[in-house]
Amino acid sequence: MDIPYTVAERPDTGLNNVKLGIWLFLASEVMLFGGLFSTYVILRVGGVDWPLGAEYLNIPIGAFNTAVLIGSSVTMVMCFASLKLGDFAKYKTYMGVTILLALTFLVVKFFEYYEKVTHDHLPSHSTFLAIYWTMTGLHGLHIVGGVIVNGYFWGPGSKLWHEKREMFENRIEAAGLYWHFVDLVWIFLFPVLYLL
Amino acid sequence: MENVTTAEHVSQAAHDGHAHDEHELSFLRAYVFSVDHKVIGIQYAITAMFFLLFGFSLMMVMRWQLAYPGAPIPFIGNFLGQANAPGGIMLPEFYNQLGAMHGTIMVFMGVVPLAVGGFGNYVLPLQIGAPDMAFPRLNMASYWAFFLGGVVMFASFFVPGGAANSGWTSYAPLSVIALEGQTWWLVGMIFLITSSLLGSINFIVTTFQLRAPGLSFTRLPFFVWAQLVTSFLLLLAFPPLEVAGILQLMDRVAETSFFMPSGLVTTEGPLDISGGGSPLLWQHLFWFLAHPEVYVLILPAMGIVAEILANNTRKPLWGYRVLVASVIFLGFMSFIVWAHHMFLTGMGTTMSAFFQTTTMIISVPSVVILSAFFITLYGGSIRYNVPMLFALAFLPMFGIGGLTGLPLGLSAPDLHLHDTYYVIGHFHYVVAPGTIFALFAGLYYWYPKATGRVMNEALGKIHFWGSLISINVVFMPMFITGLVGVNRRLYDGGMQYAHAQEVMEWNAVMSYGAWALGFFQIFFIINFFWSIRNGKKVDDNPWRATTLEWQAPSPPPHGNFTAPPEAHRGPYEYSVPGAPNDYSMQGQATRA
Amino acid sequence: MSGSAEETKKHIDIYMKVAGALAVLTVVTVLASYIDVAVPLAIIIALIIATAKGSLVVSYFMHLVDEKSRTLAIALALTVFFWLVLMLVPIMTTSDTYGVHKPLPNANAAHAEDEAH
Repeated sequence: MDIPYTVAERPDTGLNNVKLGIWLFLASEVMLFGGLFSTYVILRVGGVDWPLGAEYLNIPIGAFNTAVLIGSSVTMVMCFASLKLGDFAKYKTYMGVTILLALTFLVVKFFEYYEKVTHDHLPSHSTFLAIYWTMTGLHGLHIVGGVIVNGYFWGPGSKLWHEKREMFENRIEAAGLYWHFVDLVWIFLFPVLYLL
Repeated sequence: MENVTTAEHVSQAAHDGHAHDEHELSFLRAYVFSVDHKVIGIQYAITAMFFLLFGFSLMMVMRWQLAYPGAPIPFIGNFLGQANAPGGIMLPEFYNQLGAMHGTIMVFMGVVPLAVGGFGNYVLPLQIGAPDMAFPRLNMASYWAFFLGGVVMFASFFVPGGAANSGWTSYAPLSVIALEGQTWWLVGMIFLITSSLLGSINFIVTTFQLRAPGLSFTRLPFFVWAQLVTSFLLLLAFPPLEVAGILQLMDRVAETSFFMPSGLVTTEGPLDISGGGSPLLWQHLFWFLAHPEVYVLILPAMGIVAEILANNTRKPLWGYRVLVASVIFLGFMSFIVWAHHMFLTGMGTTMSAFFQTTTMIISVPSVVILSAFFITLYGGSIRYNVPMLFALAFLPMFGIGGLTGLPLGLSAPDLHLHDTYYVIGHFHYVVAPGTIFALFAGLYYWYPKATGRVMNEALGKIHFWGSLISINVVFMPMFITGLVGVNRRLYDGGMQYAHAQEVMEWNAVMSYGAWALGFFQIFFIINFFWSIRNGKKVDDNPWRATTLEWQAPSPPPHGNFTAPPEAHRGPYEYSVPGAPNDYSMQGQATRA
Repeated sequence: MSGSAEETKKHIDIYMKVAGALAVLTVVTVLASYIDVAVPLAIIIALIIATAKGSLVVSYFMHLVDEKSRTLAIALALTVFFWLVLMLVPIMTTSDTYGVHKPLPNANAAHAEDEAH
């Protein structure tokens, strides 16, 4: 007996296994970042003094990275749409661009971190910097995870398209959902850390 | 030579995508890195039982110190290491390590992996008529993350300064300034949490997606419902603890001050930290998980008890829909009661009132479930076999544990009882003679499904009666010492306190109880391993039960069922008037 | 989300519009941060914009508007509820001490107080 509903929707739940699984994973991620945002609120409200993000962080660079990540989200959704249209070459291009944008984000983030280290703005400096490093660091790890997954589906994993088309579409949809979620977290992280 | 052939088989199997026959798999793939839910379930169960024994042994060592403070520990005293117990006499630091690790091991590496990882993995797919879990490889990853977490925790005893010694709750700021063992504890916890997350996603998807045709939600066995709610608790409550663990790790490694307030002074003077953190934040994040965790411990146990009660009273479970509604409500409410662990933190009176109210409300569904179980017994023709004895014992034991919890949920009595042995007595009644007895019941009950043989009845009864009596000797006196006000964390059991003097003699009594309890577990261990080869052989459905797992062969082959199962009726159709047998199996089209 | 090529093309159209809206909102939130308003108001503005952007991503990129599954709806509603609990309740338990700054009897506290003023 094979495991049912790996690709097809189960009629009474309206979902296949992968889609339900990835959404549940994202639900747990909501609680993960929720815990971090809750920490931020408690520390900020209870804090004696809280710096404006701009005192330590560079808003234009943050805004640039926001744009980069939103751009990668757009190309990611185009990956899925290209597969739906049956255009594998376009899929490859869009996925490649997504990965490049993600790497751009990481490089920019690296220089931001580097600049912090040289100014001795380490996590131990203040509670604000502690939460900045922790939140962006954890988010950065999510980006790295996404790059690995997307890289796999761009390279060796894309063979699946020629064997089991629907299963491949399915996986790209799941990878996309994850990637949009990572983008979503940054959409909140940017104003909370940089602007407020 | 055999290695060569099996390696070929593996590559061939990998080439085929997946192997259909079990004997195509190498030993490593079939029993170690298996993706079969049954093997993983057994791996979980065995590992968790080992940790339960280990965690219990820590406590048996601690009980010597409590019974005879300052006396050298007999037999093993000299093997504990000079740093921990010079001359066999336990040091307070070592006592604290044992206490912290006892709690951590029992909760996160013993009971939960056995109840959810073990029983959930083995029984749930069978009960819903699925060929396997929805994501078999994720399932394997979940077990190995758990295993690694266990190894890290175990190894932490051997690092300089020993294992974590800040209690299983690891309250900041004490835990942040603790020795290296705490870092290992945090890393171990992150592995264990990851394991639970992967497992819970798998359980939920499996339950929603892989139910056999005809098995609607109103026909799900109560055990599956309990596991489903448990999985939601794990999924949504564990991430905040993961956050807490990461933040504490940052505090310890990167010297941040998430949980460190300004102006903290230790014996070595003021700490060189930026400050501005909140120790209470740790408690919030910790209890946001740890209160739902209490229900993670108890719900699968209730599920197991429900199955066994219906089976051995030969009656339908009383109030199935009420039970399901209660278990869902219980799961929901468990997310909004956590701060009743924090009445002494100076929380505002408004929120204190809020949490007292929710705590009183959450006791209602628990009572409903327990009442439904008692009513199920009424008028049944009860079979007193070993699983049933354990399930029956669960009812009053959990009842005592639950009812003694009510005073703790109200802030006024909690001021007196907080952090006394009363609390220890309360939650141990819930978890030890409650949950662990239910888990024993489950082990005796599903053992024939996994092995094709039943465990020895006589040894089982010695195990049951011995455990029941000795476990009450351990925990009942805790209510007495707790009401007197003896603090739960004292290394000498309270010897130095005037108010504790009148109850000091109970310490030795409790210790004798604990060692007797240990002695009676030997019967179980012998029985468990002896019966694998020598137990009485039985057919596929030895208990004459109704649910789908009893339709599969014992032990079930890869893929579980010989023919795709289908559910034709509810899960507990026992003694249906007019039916030819006193049980109508879910999977049989006509009543037989 | 399964549909014909035509439907997919329609979706692509929507994606482009959403992308445009996200770009505009990013610019707006950055510009808004330069306006000199009280901190609470600035927080509200920034969070409203972020929520708008987030909703667009979830609704269109993650196709939540097209999902009809009740199972998913219940699971996500539960998550959102408990997320709110996690965000709000811990902070409410400390509400008695807002704005109260108790000087602590040691050197570090005095230092902290200097910074506060």
